[in-house]
Amino acid sequence: MSETPNAAATPGPFQLPVLEARGIVKELGQGAGMVVAVRGVDITLKAGELTLLMGPSGSGKTTLLSILGCILSPTSGTVAIAGTLTGDLKPEALAKLRRTHIGYIFQSYNLFPTLNALENVRIALDVAGIQGAAAIAKAGQALRDVGLGHKFASYPANLSGGEKQRVAVARAIASAPSIVLADEPTAALDSENGNEVMKLIAQIARVQNRAILVVTHDPRTLAYADRVIKIEDGLIVSEERTNTSSASDLNGATPLAKLTDTAGPAKTRLKPIPERTSEPIAPEIMNELIQKRKSNA
Amino acid sequence: MAYKACVETMILTLAFRNLFHDRIRLAVTLVGILFSIVLVAVQLGLYLGSSREITSNIENAKGELWITAFGAKSFEDGGLLLTQKERQAALSTPGVKSVAPVFVSFAEWRKPKGGSTRVVIVGADAEDGGIAPFRLVEGTWEDIKAPEGIAVDKSYLSDLGIEGLGSTAQISNGRVRVRALTDDIKSFTQSPYVYMPLSRARALLDAPGNTTTFHLVTLEPGADIDAVRNDIKTKIAPAEVLTKDEFLERSLKQWLFNTGAGAALIGGALLGTLVGTVIVAQTLYSSTKDHINEFATLRALGSSSGYIIQVILAQATMSALLGYGLGMIIALMIVHAAQGSALPIMMTPQLALGLLALTLCMCAISAISAIFKVTRIDPATVFTR
Repeated sequence: MSETPNAAATPGPFQLPVLEARGIVKELGQGAGMVVAVRGVDITLKAGELTLLMGPSGSGKTTLLSILGCILSPTSGTVAIAGTLTGDLKPEALAKLRRTHIGYIFQSYNLFPTLNALENVRIALDVAGIQGAAAIAKAGQALRDVGLGHKFASYPANLSGGEKQRVAVARAIASAPSIVLADEPTAALDSENGNEVMKLIAQIARVQNRAILVVTHDPRTLAYADRVIKIEDGLIVSEERTNTSSASDLNGATPLAKLTDTAGPAKTRLKPIPERTSEPIAPEIMNELIQKRKSNA
Repeated sequence: MAYKACVETMILTLAFRNLFHDRIRLAVTLVGILFSIVLVAVQLGLYLGSSREITSNIENAKGELWITAFGAKSFEDGGLLLTQKERQAALSTPGVKSVAPVFVSFAEWRKPKGGSTRVVIVGADAEDGGIAPFRLVEGTWEDIKAPEGIAVDKSYLSDLGIEGLGSTAQISNGRVRVRALTDDIKSFTQSPYVYMPLSRARALLDAPGNTTTFHLVTLEPGADIDAVRNDIKTKIAPAEVLTKDEFLERSLKQWLFNTGAGAALIGGALLGTLVGTVIVAQTLYSSTKDHINEFATLRALGSSSGYIIQVILAQATMSALLGYGLGMIIALMIVHAAQGSALPIMMTPQLALGLLALTLCMCAISAISAIFKVTRIDPATVFTR
């Protein structure tokens, strides 16, 4: 897989490679029924960057997402999450890696119907070992960040599709993972809600400095991407940077202003939160950088 | 600390919500546990009550050793085979303080208004260290010693066809008069105990000379029970010398196991436990299956197997505690209703605690199938649902 010029440059705080996969092959099934779902894929996800993984049904997108998210093991190839190679890790160690470094957003939200919005976010924190008052505070903040500060006590059955996906987004970011993997996050949403959710995801990537990979069919999502990778028959067939606000733009442009322009009022609710990457970025440093870039602009 | 950790985590919240999410299923689970608890409580309560009835006379006797005829099976079934010879042998043994003959035999009780029933005559002289009627609620031992005097339990008055103190009846060929009443001395054989002095018992049954059923041996303070026992044993063979515990065990074995009554009670309790386990297992499994997508999501979010197992076990524990609480309320009502009836159901703190432990174990075992299911979840299924 060819790397972009930006990746070759000295990584700034928004360009840290937090996930690197090399030569990923995944065979599904056995014998005559065996299918090679992924055929030697290289991919790197960087902090602050929103990457789209697009391709037709059966192209291996979700399989690749599962491998990158340490849910499936590759038949061959290596995956490194925040510098940790996953190949030799046992299921419990992989689970620990997931709860420490990865947030998930699912197509059908996968919220717990018996828990309200706040509890749905809390449970991801609970799994990560953050409990009690700290968990409540973090979950509340995550919900406020996605514009659902007034829906703490609402159960999934009483939320709209867009609101459900926002809760799912809050759950994915609450424990400050360095990577967020989203599987068709807009597929179950109408146009308006789909756009809202994508704006939110894009803002999280940039303002909170997450590496986000979105698997999607949805062409509406292109407008929010920093990078688009196309996959067919388990192979990456193209990779290109878009002209939207990218991670590299943040080094010299006015990303926050741009973001506010494109993302609408909801985005202003977001604020940087502490990282949990191998090289954490303190909020005060993050704010300082953002202010500096604003003044440069 | 552990309580705080429990409260602060979401495990209990999730378990509680999963459990109460489907209230009909919860109700079925609780009814299953409830019936199981009630069944086990009644069966074990009957077992305990029966044991108490079987052993009450032995438990309340003051002596440490029992001399019995060879192979005597129980308190009620000892035969009339001992004589003064065994008593003298025991009395001549160092460490023995007293030896009291105890006469026990089934006999025919003829009711004043016609009809008859079987009773167990217990003849002994309390002054000699024999068995005195315990739990006397009316009358005294002195009253019983008066001509024709006997003591019976007040719960058997109607069975014996009498009204209370002063009533007369006939045992074999002699007349007896109720001069004292005991309370709550029930008989496992359903033949009421009739307490009277030794000589009257012998006379009523025309027992030859000084024959008796048992000799109750009281030791001097500080005497070595094993040494005394062996000494007596060598002198009176083939008669046996049993400690109180051995005689209790022999009586229990005779009535509860040789007759099959105890096995039926324990079998019933085991069956109750089994039924409860299966019902809880079934409901926990179906609940887990219903929430399998949520457990898969938890797995995808990085939860450890331990976390998910704790959720399932918390569900099982909540079911157990709720079912136990409801079951115990009903069991206690049954125990209360059985008081004064022929059903000897007992509930002791030990039994209550034992039932709690049993319920928790039952529910934990029930959780195995659900845990097995949930730990085999492939988190990748979250992408296909």
